[in-house]
Parts: sequence; C-alpha cells; structure tokens
Amino acid sequence: MALSIEEFLAQDERKDLLRLLTAGSVDDGKSTLIGRLLFDSKRLYEDQLQTLERDSKRVGNAGDHIDYALLCDGLKAEREQGITIDVAYRYFSTNRRKFIIADTPGHEQYTRNMITGGSTANLAIILVDARQGVVTQTCRHSYLVSLLGIRHVVLAVNKMDLVGFDKSRFDAIVADYKGWLAQQEFTIEDLQCIPLSALEGDNVVTKSANTPWYEGQSLMDYLETVPINQDINMQSLRFPVQYVLRPNLDFRGFAGKLSSGVVKRGDEVMALPSGKRSKIKSIVTYDGELDEAFAPQSITLTLEDEIDLSRGDMLVHPSDCPTVGHHLRAMMVWMDEQPMDSSKPFYLKHTTNTTRAHVTAVRYRVDINTGEKLPTEGMRLNEISEVSISAASPLMFDRYADNRQTGAFILIDPVTNFTSAVGMILAEDEARRLGEHTVVRLSEYGIEAEHYHIIEKFCKEFTRRTGIAIECLKE
Amino acid sequence: MSYSLSHLKALEAESIHIIREVAAEFRNPVMLYSIGKDSSVMVRLAEKAFAPGKVPFPLMHIDSKWKFREMIEFRDNYAKEYNWNLIVEYNKKAYEEGVGPFTHGSKVHTDLMKTQALLQALKKHGFDAAFGGARRDEEKSRAKERIFSFRNEFQQWDPKNQRPELWDVYNTRINEGESIRVFPLSNWTELDVWQYIRMENIPIVPLYYAKERPIVELNGNLILADDDRMPEELRRQAKMRMVRFRTLGCYPLTGAVESEADTIEKIVEEMMTTTKSERTTRVIDFDQEGSMEQKKREGYF
Repeated sequence: MALSIEEFLAQDERKDLLRLLTAGSVDDGKSTLIGRLLFDSKRLYEDQLQTLERDSKRVGNAGDHIDYALLCDGLKAEREQGITIDVAYRYFSTNRRKFIIADTPGHEQYTRNMITGGSTANLAIILVDARQGVVTQTCRHSYLVSLLGIRHVVLAVNKMDLVGFDKSRFDAIVADYKGWLAQQEFTIEDLQCIPLSALEGDNVVTKSANTPWYEGQSLMDYLETVPINQDINMQSLRFPVQYVLRPNLDFRGFAGKLSSGVVKRGDEVMALPSGKRSKIKSIVTYDGELDEAFAPQSITLTLEDEIDLSRGDMLVHPSDCPTVGHHLRAMMVWMDEQPMDSSKPFYLKHTTNTTRAHVTAVRYRVDINTGEKLPTEGMRLNEISEVSISAASPLMFDRYADNRQTGAFILIDPVTNFTSAVGMILAEDEARRLGEHTVVRLSEYGIEAEHYHIIEKFCKEFTRRTGIAIECLKE
Repeated sequence: MSYSLSHLKALEAESIHIIREVAAEFRNPVMLYSIGKDSSVMVRLAEKAFAPGKVPFPLMHIDSKWKFREMIEFRDNYAKEYNWNLIVEYNKKAYEEGVGPFTHGSKVHTDLMKTQALLQALKKHGFDAAFGGARRDEEKSRAKERIFSFRNEFQQWDPKNQRPELWDVYNTRINEGESIRVFPLSNWTELDVWQYIRMENIPIVPLYYAKERPIVELNGNLILADDDRMPEELRRQAKMRMVRFRTLGCYPLTGAVESEADTIEKIVEEMMTTTKSERTTRVIDFDQEGSMEQKKREGYF
C-alpha cells in the first residue's frame, strides 16, 4: 500500500534512536566498516564520495579500494599522522532506526577517548581480524565496554574474505572469545557474533552468499532490530532538579530531565536530601500538561505543597529511594595528563549537583589487558582503579550497574578546571561512614534482642522518610 | 506498557537539558542567532526549556552586513512577534572601511565581518557562554567537537586538548575571561532539523522554499542578485531560475540549489533523496584544506 508523503513522514518521525560505539584499530578495518554502513545506507553524499575518492588516491592506505578511514579522520593533524585522535560522531538512518556512531581509536593510550565515546552507547561493536583472532586489544575493549555498562555487544569477526570465509575459523574465534569471557569477573548481557568483510560488504547490510553456514542476521539487520527500550531503568523514579522556574507568583516549577523511571500526576514524591514529601500537582511542558512522563524526557514538575527544593536536589518515590550519603566506592578512570594529587579538593559533579570531594583511597588498579587487580598508588592517565571518595555535601546515588545516570560522576580539577576523572559508583563506602558517625549499642541501653527486629523496621522507615541514614548492624 | 521516545523527541529532551544546564550554571549566557533553520529550531527548544516562563538570556545576531535582505526582515519580525530580547552587533570599523566579499574576497570578509565581529561582541557584553546552532553532521572537524566546547581567554578552540565529556554530566567550570561555546543541536542531522520544523510548525525564512529568483552563476555557485552591491556586470547576467537555499549566510557566499520544493513536505522529501551535502553550497568551506577547522581554532563558530 502506498503511503502519502504526510503519512510517510509521520511514520519516519517516530523512529527510535540507537547510539553505538565502535572499538577496534584501523588495522581491524573499523573505519572501513563505518564507511560501509554510511555508504550502504546512502548517507554518504556524492560530493563527500568524490572527495573521498580523490583523497584515497592521494593519501589512502586501501590500495585500489576507497579508503573509508579518511572519512572519519577529520582533523588535519590526524590526516598527517594517519591516526584517529579523538571521538568522532557519525550519523545515519535507515527506514527503521536512526543511529549515532561514536568512532573511537583503539590504541591503548587513548582509553580516555573510548570511555568518552561509549558513555551514552546502547551497543558496542568490537572488531577482530579473522586472521588474528582474539587479541589483547579485544579483551581490553570488552572490559571497557562492560565497565561502561553497555548491554549489547557485537563481536564482528572482520576480514573473513582473507580466510576464505572459513566456518571453522569463525567458530574457533567465537569459542575462544566466549571461553575468555567465562573466566572474567564481568559479563556481557547480550552478545552477537557476526562474520564480516567490511571491505567487500559481506554480511554488513545484506546476508552474504559467501557464508551460507552463518544463520544469524546481517550486522545492519541486527542493529535495526535489537530491542533497546528495556535498557533504561523505568522502575526507579530519579528526577534531579535542574532549574527552578518562577515566572510569576502562582507558578513554581521544577525543571529537569528524568534520569530514570516514570512519574505520574498525583504520585506521592519525596524530596532528597530533605526527606520532605508532597504530591505531583502537574507535569508541565511547552506542548501542554502530561498525565505521565518517563526517562529521558525533559519536563517541569509542580508540587501540591510549598516545600524547599532547589537545583541539585532530587525527587523520588518514597518506596524506592537511592542511597543518600557522603562516602562512596567507585571505579574511576583517570582522564588527565596530570597525575592525581589526592590532596586537592576536587569538584565532583553528579547529576545536577556539584560539591567538593576528596579521593581518600585508591584501593587497587585494574590491568585492563588481563583484568588483574594490582596494588597501586595514585592515578595516572588512562588508569582504572577502585577508589574511595568523600563528598562535602550528601549525594543521592545508585549503583552504576543499576542506573547509568545516578551512578555516574565526573571529577573536576579545581585549578585547571579540566575533567580529571570519571567515575562509576559501586556502592556506599560503609566503613568510612560508620567511622564518622555515632554508634549506639542497644545492649548498653538494656534493650533485649527480641526488640531488635521492630527497631530495625522503625529505623528503615525513618531513613526512608527523612533521608537520614540509620544502619542496623548485628554484632 | 512500553516507554520509548522517538528519535526527534529524544533529541529534543537532550537539547532542552543542555540549554537548562547553561542557564543554571553560567552568569551571563547568550544564544547566537543566525536566522537560519538550525537557529530557528534552537530558539524553539529554548522556549520549550523555560515554558511557561520567559527564556532567561538574550539572542544575539552577528550581522555581517551581507545577509540576504529577507533574513533581516524575518529576524526583526520574529523577535517582535515572539517577544525576544534581540541584540544585533557588527564590526563597525571594518564595515566603515567597506569590507565585503566582492571587494575583499571570502576569506578576509569572513574573518573580519563574522569571526572578529563575533569576538568583539562577546567581549563587549562579557558573555561567558554562547549557544551556537552547529551540528556534528555538518563537517568533519565539527564531528569531533564537544557539546560544551571550551574556549581560552583568546576565544580559541584546541581540538587536541578537549575536556572529556561523558553521559549528560557537563563540565561548566571556567576561569575569568574564558568561555564555553555550547551546541545543543550537536546530535541533530540536517534531516532531523527539517523533520522537527515540520512536526513543530516552526517559522523559517522564505528563502528555504523554492521560488523563481534572479540568479547569477559564479564559479559554479548559484548566487542570488540580492541588491545593487553586486557588481553591475554580474547583475546583468542574472536569470530567473526556480531555486531554494539549503543554508543561509552572506548572499554572495551562499549558493542556491535548483529545486521545486515549495512546501515543507517537499523539502523533507528532497532531503531524503538528495545526493549532495549541504555544505557544497557554502563558499567559505573550500578556501583551503581543513579550512573549517582553521576558522574554528581562530574563534569562528
């Protein structure tokens, strides 16, 4: 059935958005693959193609083929040095989806860029050369992808044309990779392995006649259909207040982007860290009021009661609160040329909240090639370590594994203002917290063990209502 | 119940978040308004970000004095109708010296009337953050720029020393004299912009719609004979042709494309099937290899 142009456009405007990261080096054919996706989805314009053909002849490294790598190496310095020095974003869309590709280099010294490019990705493509199989770099990329919480991973076994599209070679690489994964502490939720030739186009957009033994989807087919609407946490309402709107005396709205969860008109909500409660009076947008809103929508909320609430505070459902605390443990990646000076009072930015913070301990460093935990001191560029951090103001946070928005933070150097490090929260640092807080031993007050249960229940409710933490421990 | 946002709604939410973040964290922000389609979308997003309130920063147009006449007309009507606080600035000294593309060439003109004019205006008003409507899909060096892009005290961009930018946690800290350029449309493509204009019914300059216009062919570009500052011998060659503009700027530096697209639907349809990128109609990009990157380093948007 033919659609009118209006119907077609209305349908096209409803496509969803998939953000993906490509990891691999120039040698693995990464840029060639991206060029191929752009080319085959017709997102390369004639004039871009002409420039590309001209440059391929002049400075290309792909023989008689078009050197797609030149497409992605946008900066002068890169073209001169023949390397990719930063994250580049590429855009294309098909009839089913719109895509944003973060193209990042695979060299070790550029871990920082891969971390940058991957922070918002739903999916990662990890490239391996069919002749080389799983190499150190593959392991490194897999670790970083899992650290970033990217749920969908494609292991793209490229250059299959150079191994004669040999099924046993492909199977061996997949088995090797899965075997290696099984030994790691981290997991990859959804893994798809695809045999490819980016240069020749096999299994990139359409299934190749050269791999009749391969029963899965082509790469493009997979990218277009992989379900991603489950990736955002829709259970826990987290609404960091970004900006307070007061256009007149009758309107006081709290503007922000939902980090996670769903909010409905009439919902009972709790403000953190104050613990004050109110109800959602309205969900306001430029386009009219809504009955409900969900992450990652940008909205404005008004409340039934006049409670004290400002930028950096958070609205949540009282039945599902984040941790409220000053001390946390996190995996941190050092992004600064200058090594860490732990005496510095850094600025820590978490959701819409900025506070002073100290790195109080560096527990161990991860060897990203082997996953091994190594003893260490301080932090240097591209190192990944578990750290303890203490913040001057309370933070409302979740584990990064549960919530990529409220589990993430950046650390800013107070002198240079550079983003020195980025962190993914593991948990509250309980040892630290207890060290600084009053401990009350119930036995010293003559309270018998049979009452502990009801006291613990009361303490939980108190914490939930006030945001003031009381932890019950058994001795 | 499944919760899922369309790509346009997801982009809208991201842009609104960026715009609010600037309003919350900077002392004196400004939104650069170029009158083009991207600016029109950006301005609408700003209105959305603060509704039902008023947008808490002004618009500023850097007038190169060589814009299409219809753009200036549109700008003034738009600002009035939507009750915007609009600042218009230009490079007075260069203007009085008669700098223009026909006499000084595109390079000198762009540097003095656009880049220098912008730098002077930012300094004059003491703006610490400036929104621009640039998109990453426009050009290779833009594809590598952050959404919050740091500028040193000389307003320069250093592509090799950009701040890491993760999730939606933006580093907005700067020292006195430094500033940030902010690009809320970074992740939008040209097609997204057009689809959004259609969906939201956003007013745009009529030059985007195809119409019979007096056109002169100049080095392969279709240039509109917009006023009598175009040399007489060129103007005499003008022929009426059915054209529209994909981008708008200084009229002698902006090529038209032959087109029959006289409605927004036809424009979107044309976008979906075109084989040429939009920057082929911009003369300044072809000056030299890596020319956009060079201009950006010097302070141009």
